[in-house]
Formats: sequence, structure tokens, C-alpha cells
Amino acid sequence: MVRPMTRRSFIAGAASAAALAATACGTSGPSRPGASGGPLIWAVQGGASSIYQDSVQRFNQSHPGQSLEVQLFQNDPYKQKLRLAMGAGTPPDVFYGWGGGVLNSYITSGNVRDLSQDLRSDPALATKFFPNVMQSVTFDGKTYGVPIRGVQPVVLFYNKELFEQHGVQPPKTWQDLLAAVGTFKSAGLTPIALGGASRWTYLMWEEYLVDRVGGPEAFRDVLARKSGAWSHPAIIQANTMIQQLVDGGAFGDGFSSVNYDTGQQTALLYTGKAPMELMGSWDFSSIVKANPSFIKSGKLGWTTFPAVPGGAGDPNDVVGNSSNFFSVAQKSRHQDVAVDYLKHTVMDDAYINGLIKVGDVPPVQGIEQKLARADNANYLQFIYTLTQTAPNFQLSWDQALPPEQAEAVLTNLEQLFLKKITPEQFSTAMNGTLR
Amino acid sequence: MTTHAAPSRMLLLPALAFFGLFALAPMLIVVALSFFSWDGLAAPQWAGLANWSRFVHDSVTHQAIWLSVKVMLLSWLLQTPTSLLLGVFLAGRQRYRAVLGAVYILPLLLSAAAIAITWKYLLDPNFGLLNAVAGLPGLSVLHQNWLGDGNLALYVVIFVIGWQFIPFHTLLYQAAARQVPQSLYEAAAIDGAGRWRQLVSITLPQLRYTTVTSSTLVLVGSLTYFDLVFVMTNGGPGNETRILPLDMYVNGFASYQMGYASAIAVVLVLFGVSLSLLLVKLSGFTKMQSQMEGV
Repeated sequence: MVRPMTRRSFIAGAASAAALAATACGTSGPSRPGASGGPLIWAVQGGASSIYQDSVQRFNQSHPGQSLEVQLFQNDPYKQKLRLAMGAGTPPDVFYGWGGGVLNSYITSGNVRDLSQDLRSDPALATKFFPNVMQSVTFDGKTYGVPIRGVQPVVLFYNKELFEQHGVQPPKTWQDLLAAVGTFKSAGLTPIALGGASRWTYLMWEEYLVDRVGGPEAFRDVLARKSGAWSHPAIIQANTMIQQLVDGGAFGDGFSSVNYDTGQQTALLYTGKAPMELMGSWDFSSIVKANPSFIKSGKLGWTTFPAVPGGAGDPNDVVGNSSNFFSVAQKSRHQDVAVDYLKHTVMDDAYINGLIKVGDVPPVQGIEQKLARADNANYLQFIYTLTQTAPNFQLSWDQALPPEQAEAVLTNLEQLFLKKITPEQFSTAMNGTLR
Repeated sequence: MTTHAAPSRMLLLPALAFFGLFALAPMLIVVALSFFSWDGLAAPQWAGLANWSRFVHDSVTHQAIWLSVKVMLLSWLLQTPTSLLLGVFLAGRQRYRAVLGAVYILPLLLSAAAIAITWKYLLDPNFGLLNAVAGLPGLSVLHQNWLGDGNLALYVVIFVIGWQFIPFHTLLYQAAARQVPQSLYEAAAIDGAGRWRQLVSITLPQLRYTTVTSSTLVLVGSLTYFDLVFVMTNGGPGNETRILPLDMYVNGFASYQMGYASAIAVVLVLFGVSLSLLLVKLSGFTKMQSQMEGV
């Protein structure tokens, strides 16, 4: 699950065979320098582009003689570009990432600097960030990244007007949700907007249900590659519940070809065709862009994912993208400068204000006052508290797992939603990837 | 008569170097990589026949092969007759045919990504044009989940591929049909042959070699086709449109299993090359000669 505008994967790589081979001929050497020979930062463009650039400028002004430089890329090409650069041994000094399995693969291949000492040595930094967000860049007790954007938990958005019209309350429990689905379905609506063609949209349901039913342990076993971990009863039950939703017509008939990346899922919500959707917190800004009056007229509602009575998971747990992070390449010749920038300029006051201005909620302790003064303060405060108080913030599985398993879980989950396989077959197929 | 000395062989060098560097060398490296396990980060590890034994057992890849064969054959069945008839029709020199010709050839101007995105919007189950039209009386059959229904998606994809490429093949047939000497038709007319008879006995035989060329392009082209499917369905729903080139891409650049992706690439290359060799052989390409004045 990655932010919407950046998820588009148009012509990412038609030149497959040739590229396969071309990447094999990498050479190793030091990290690549910026245009001026100074440290180079690679980042993905988006709502925060200007914030990265401002922060680099401020750093260069307050550090005469330094010339940090930031280069921006599109989301999907960036992932491959970074991987090729890492494989070829010519990474930038500082790189943008999502934490989780991909970062871990760079760490185990010796490409990332351990930042634990740098952060721990500074008391102001040691407790600055939400610990549950830092989980995504912490491996074996060592920290490898610094958050650079807002938190992106997944929440349940709903259309207040439709809820009132049909006398439905925002669902607090699984039973509430099933009842709401029934009511809306008999009213001829698609109860829940789901952009199945994007596939990672399926994952949000799976992640929440597994956590609500079985708590964080079920997925931790998967991450630890325990044999048969995908057969955990919580995973089987969650998948059974998913098929129950599909059978109940919760997502309508056409969900498999609805696309999130090109805006159709969100459009179903704000055009009143579907009263609910489960999506990352960023969808708020998508709606602000696509249909501002929907928010101004107070029709957009938001709430936490329903609790599953009897489940082992804490109903305050959240799933989603924890944040984006900057990490330092082990090969960098400018590690000191890079660490200085990450410690003192990233997430300083000006940086945080900039993020809040574009609707981000930084995972930084003690910024309640700043958020209260912002536009759409209600929403930002909801996201802030939701994340801050969550006992567990489960990083999206497609980010948390190694790439090979991430691809397999997306494919098998799609089959599960389409009812081509049973929950048991899902578990068997996924257990095969643990070997 | 004096014979000219053949041009120096040195003139071949630039082309050969280019071909070697960008076609042969990568191909050889891919063959080698298919015996390694490599995630693109760490050094490649020798894997022996592991990738190949996976190829023999991987049901997703087997389905991908079957889908590719299906796309290949159905594309041929759709594109060849359609473009042949359109081409012959457009070969006529009437003005209205020229106007229609310009319209038919429009899709040739569009990139595959643009075509895929446009069709995706048209076929969208909630906001698409087809869905809106399906509301009219008698057209409810159009209310389908075109790209989301596993029983339909592949055929929709084959149709859109056809929509993209029929114009090109139409051009080939049009040019060829215009080369057929008028005298043949005049002679046939004198012998009392009607239009249908002229088409079957003169036009079609005269277009034989064009048909071979065009069919080879259709068959080999659809075997390796990637971009339109990638953008339009990305292999979905489920694996229903995951053709072999897409399977290779996903294994290589989504799962980062470059070794296995290389094995698939090798199979694709072998399949494609032998297919075109076979077609050339079967069609007697080497014995081709002009048959202008009837044979």
C-alpha cells in the first residue's frame, strides 16, 4: 500500500529481457556524488517534495561549505532504480524508503548504516518519534531510518449522509458491519467501495481482520518464517470472514476491475454510490482534491476498523504505512554530513509545520498544539491520536514481507476475494513461500 | 559486362557490434542467469537446475504458457481475416474508401499505454461508457464486468490487441492488393467471373505471401506482447490474463527472482525463434518469387 498518486505503474518496464541482463553487469565502487560532488539524497516526489527541498536549503545555509542535493523520482521507477543502484554498488548517500522487508533486504546485503548510536546519543531524538512507527525501520534492535513524512494508518471512511438516510450508525463491531452491509445492499447500493484491480486494497481487510482476530502474533510468526505460519487459526478465520463479506455482496459484483490508482474506488464513496471504504489516511487529501464540497458539507465521516468480539487483538491496533524514511547508505563517503542532516534538519520545527500544512501527521511526540491550529484539525487529530495510542501499528504486509512473498500474498489474496481458492488453500499456498 | 567488387565486409561491423552488444550478449547472459538464483542485490548464487525444475512444476507459469498460446491463436483468427477483408476493401480507389481508410488507421497513431488506459475507462463497471450505454433498452447485455470477470477478461484483452493492430495489417493487405495487376481482373471479368469469384481466385492467391508475412508478425508479436496487458489488467483478475511475458516480468521485477525470470525469458526466445523459423519454412518463404502475371 503506497500513496495513491505515486502508485501508478504505467510502463514500468517493457524491456524485460534486456534489462534482466543489463542489471547483471554492475560494478562496485563508492556511492555516486551529487552534481556538485556533495552528498546526494534520493526521494520520491509527491506532496512533500518542496519540504525536502526546503530542508536541504536550510541545511546548506546553516552549514557553509556543504552542498547537500536532493533528486526526486516517481514512485514505481524509483523502487527499481534504487534496487539497481544498490545491486550495482552505487547508491546515493541518503535514500528514501518504506521500511519493512525491502529495507531489510538492503540491510542484510550490508548496504545500510546502523543509526542506533546516532539517535540514542541524543536525548531529544531518542524519544522524539512514535515507537510503533519506528518498528518499521528497526531490525534486531537496531534502527536504520528516520521518519520524513506523516503517518498513514488505514481507517474506515463513510458517507454520513447515506448513513443518516438509512438509519445506520458507524459500525463498532463486526456484527454492526455485517448489519450495515445488509441494509445498504437491500437499498441497492454497493455497501463498500473496493478497488480490487489494484490488489493491495485487498490487503487492508486481511491485515485488520488477522490482527483483530489473532493479535499481532499471527503475522509475526509469518515474518519469522515459522513453518506453517500461514495456517494460524486467526488467518484462516480472517479469510473465512472475508469470503463471508464477498458472499454477502459487501463489495458489489464489479470490485475486481475497480481501480484505486486511477481514482474509481474513492469516486464510489464521494459520488454516493458506496457508503463505506477502507483506505489509508491519505485518501482524505485525495477527496479534498477530487471533490472538496464533499468534505466542506460535512458528509465525510471516519472511524476505526470495527472490533471483532472474542478476538485476541486489541481493537486499538492499526495497520497501514507507518511513514516514509530516510536511511544512509553504508557506502556513502559523506555519512557524517548525512547523519547531521537527518538528526537536526529533518523533522525540525519548520519541517513539521511544512508537513502539517500539506495534511501530513508527523509521527512526532508533543505536536498536539500545532495540529489543533491546522486546517481540518479534527481529522488530523483523529489520525494523530489513533496512531499514538495504537498498541501495535502493523506495517502493510506488502512492505513488511520480502518482495517474493509480498507478490505471492497479493496474488493469493486476490484469488481468495474472487473465491477461486478457499481459506485453507490460501494458507497452503502461502506456506509454500516460507521454505 | 563488368562485375563490381562486393562492398568491404568492414561495413558490416557497426551493425554486427550493435546486434552483438544489445541482442546477443544480453541473451547469452540471460541463458547463464537461468542457472543462478539472484535477487538483484547480493552476488548471484549457483542454483543448478533449480529454476528449470521450478519451470517444469510451476502451475502459474504453465497457465501463462497456455494463455499466451490462446492469445496467439485467437489474435491470428481475429486479426488476419479482418485485416485481409479491410485491406482489400480499402484497396479500391473510391473516395469514400479513402475517408474510411483514414478512420480505420487511427489506432495506429496511439501508444499501447494510451490505448490500454482509454479502454480501461470505457469498460469501467461503475463509471464506464459501456455501462452507461447498457442502461438503454435492449442493450443490457453490455452490462458486464468486462475486465474483472475471469471468463471474459482474456477475450476483451484479445479484442483490444486486435483493435490496436488490425490497422497495421490492413495497411499491409491494402498495399499488396493494389499491386495485383488490373489485367487479371479484366480477363476474369471477360471469362464471366463475378466479384466473389474474383476475390477467391485472384485476390486471395495473389495475397498469399502478404498473408504469410502478416501472420508471422501476428503470431510472434502476440507471443511476446506485454505493455497493453500490463497496463490494462496487470494479469488480473487473479491470473486470468497473466500471459508468459507478464509472468516473466512479475517474477523478475516484482518478486526479484531474476534467475527464474531468466529461465522464462529463455523459453520465450526459443519459442519465438522456432515459431518464426517454422512459419518461414512451412510457407516456402525461401522459394518466393513474383507471381504478378498469374501462376
